[in-house]
Amino acid sequence: MPGCAAAAPDSRVRARVLIRPKQGILDAQGQTVERALPALGFEGVSNVRIGRLIELEVEDPARIREMCERLLANPLIEDYEVSLEER
Amino acid sequence: MKFGVVRFPGSCDEHDALLACRRFADAELLWHGERDLKGVDAVVIPGGFSYGDYLRVGAIARFSPVMEAVGEWAAAGGPVLGICNGFQVLCEAGLLPGALLVNAELRFLCRQVEVEVVNAETPFTSTCDPGERLSVPVKHTTGRYFAPELELDELERSGQVVLRYLPGQNPNDSRRDIAGVTNRAGNVLGLMPHPEHAVDALTGSTDGARIFESLASLSPA
Repeated sequence: MPGCAAAAPDSRVRARVLIRPKQGILDAQGQTVERALPALGFEGVSNVRIGRLIELEVEDPARIREMCERLLANPLIEDYEVSLEER
Repeated sequence: MKFGVVRFPGSCDEHDALLACRRFADAELLWHGERDLKGVDAVVIPGGFSYGDYLRVGAIARFSPVMEAVGEWAAAGGPVLGICNGFQVLCEAGLLPGALLVNAELRFLCRQVEVEVVNAETPFTSTCDPGERLSVPVKHTTGRYFAPELELDELERSGQVVLRYLPGQNPNDSRRDIAGVTNRAGNVLGLMPHPEHAVDALTGSTDGARIFESLASLSPA
């Protein structure tokens, strides 16, 4: 906007939330992929686990944990890891 | 006595549920965007794919206005029946214990199963005999009931396990063959089998009608 000095720096932080089925819970997708790999000649693969990755930009990264507990993951069946990206 | 059947975007069994309810009482649809339960005496959360199963099955539906009202209704002791996706929604909403995982075989299953009425002293099974077998269909991809071992012990001790797949008929590797479970207070039931698809001899079984008949026999609130 003319007349305005430099825009306020964007304070948002990029974050990645990695969500995986908890250990001890049968991961049916992971097992299926594990069984499929040898069919293509990829031997020696074990413990395939399939989860999902959520990327988001947030103003307050301190709240990501709560977002995970309440929506992004189901803590009863899933573990999650949050990593913040340096800008 | 009046049933209310919730319709979310992506619900698909609400009409069968409505017809099953109407065999025994009045029934009408409740729109997900409204907080008004229209004075119904029992709420049914039907099967389907609410909100496209985005994020996790059942995860988004709990934010709809109608679910706020359902939460308050359940907390006040009102009966709530969640079928299939309705079961998933109630678990995600924290109104039922546990969670539903993708079937162990990773496939969509559609078949008739037999379940045993483990607890006939609930508002949902009061017209059944204890141990009675009901033949009802299942049709789902995400129906493997899971709860931690200690919680499962507690559910069994407190009579919250209401329906169990008969030996050898557990279609999805649900823990302890659980097909239907209630909350601690006993007024919210979730089940994966579809009683609303088993109310007419034309489709092979009328056993599912017992669930609706039981609810309809409650005195109006």
